[in-house]
Amino acid sequence: MKKKIIETLGFFGLRVCLYIVFAFLLIFLYDIGSKGAGTLSWEFLSQAPRRGMTEGGIFPAIVGTFFVTIVTAILAVPMGMFAAIYLNEYAKQTKITRIIRLSIRNLSGVPSIVYGLFGVIVFVNILKFGTSILSAGLTLGLLTLPWTITSSEEALKTIPNSYREGALALGATKWQSIRTNVLPYAMPGMLTGTVLGLARAAGETAPIMFTGAAFFLPILPNSLDDQFMALPYHLYVMATQHHAISQVRPIAYGTALVLLLLVLGMNFSVALLRYKLRKIRKE
Amino acid sequence: MVTKAKIETKNVNFYYGNKQALKNINVICAEHKVTALIGPSGCGKSTFIRTLNRMNDVIPSARVTGEILLDNENINQPRIDVVELRKKIGMVFQKPNPFPKSIFNNIAYGLRINGIKNKRNLEEIVENSLSEAALWNEVKDRLDDNAFSLSGGQQQRLCIARSLAIEPEVILFDEPCSAIDPVATAKIEDLIHKLKENYTVVIVTHNMQQAARISDYTAFMMLGELIEFDNTDKIFTNPSNKLTEDYITGRFG
Repeated sequence: MKKKIIETLGFFGLRVCLYIVFAFLLIFLYDIGSKGAGTLSWEFLSQAPRRGMTEGGIFPAIVGTFFVTIVTAILAVPMGMFAAIYLNEYAKQTKITRIIRLSIRNLSGVPSIVYGLFGVIVFVNILKFGTSILSAGLTLGLLTLPWTITSSEEALKTIPNSYREGALALGATKWQSIRTNVLPYAMPGMLTGTVLGLARAAGETAPIMFTGAAFFLPILPNSLDDQFMALPYHLYVMATQHHAISQVRPIAYGTALVLLLLVLGMNFSVALLRYKLRKIRKE
Repeated sequence: MVTKAKIETKNVNFYYGNKQALKNINVICAEHKVTALIGPSGCGKSTFIRTLNRMNDVIPSARVTGEILLDNENINQPRIDVVELRKKIGMVFQKPNPFPKSIFNNIAYGLRINGIKNKRNLEEIVENSLSEAALWNEVKDRLDDNAFSLSGGQQQRLCIARSLAIEPEVILFDEPCSAIDPVATAKIEDLIHKLKENYTVVIVTHNMQQAARISDYTAFMMLGELIEFDNTDKIFTNPSNKLTEDYITGRFG
């Protein structure tokens, strides 16, 4: 009887924890949604800020975030996936590989401002890319890599060894067995982790603050060397740096909502992609 | 032993790091015969069968010494192309391991990676392989279904068909019936019996009656050593070694 009570209480406690977390999420979404929705309009999405950023829209910031995320993806997605494939499939599991793996995991815990500083020193100053989309994208790419590698490796680990051995026993080379009998099944998981990492990068402020994001730049970037506006940095500016903070509060909420929708959109599209891939794999 | 030796091992030793798992194994697998490997768990029989198609290569700390002759050519040397070797020596694993593809694509997999792309060709070989593995009649109407929709025994016959498709000369079975029910086991035993007409079969089994039923020769192993190797009849009726006798009469193991 006592056991039964403990169990009931235990489950109740777990459920309460879940509800609390969920409640915070709902409150947060409601807050941003209700305060930002009024600002959202076609004009807000398609025009540059005007009158000292007290009017107009956030179009340059949307475009800037879009381009910088593409640079991030070009660096982090293939490199992260290949590194994970190497680590999980080819590297001998020695002490050194363990140290490397541990270091990669630790890198994902490094504060993003540290990546920002690193980006300034290496990309902006030493490599002379200047404050630009390229520098910022590469900095965000480095920030994303540990996530991409770790989640891709986890995805590869879920593929049973029998798929690899089964292919090898039929005369497949190691690469053939990986390419045709491991990667197709690991890909949904690898993509999920990767896109989550990208979505996180797209929302980062600190790494791009010194490496390329502009306070106010009403024209669109037209090369990798240009500075750019970005949604998270714009939000930071509107929320803390603007000369008329209370006046631009609605714009800040609108920006936050757009950023949120962008990240949700990325996560949603990867869920859709995963579903499509699963269906193909069943055939 | 009258027939030709397809595989012959000479003083094969196997090490996992510093731990020796096989000691001086000398076995002859006669062509178009079934050779069974029996022995208690951990005796090294699975390790041994995996040396025959160099499957242990994937274990980083593994080391094999001695000669493993396939048609009198030593395959235990670095210059041997394991990919070519594994086309000649197919393998069926302990747990049925169909790929998460359709039944058709499971069989076609090995053909495609070996460069056979022509659809008519593929269809023909798939049908032949499935018929040879006594599965065609059960699956001919649902070749596009996922292989996981098959029962355990059918999955194992699918795996057999899959290795037959690439026309090996030898098929290694690593406890193929340990994960399936008795009726399905009987079907696979019948199948192995037929397969030896065209292939050389080596089978690891936990089940002594199975070895007695289907094999021509039996090797009894214990703790990494080959205790006795002889005609199956002799091993099960009149073993020369006391350990063999104790094992087959069920005194241990």
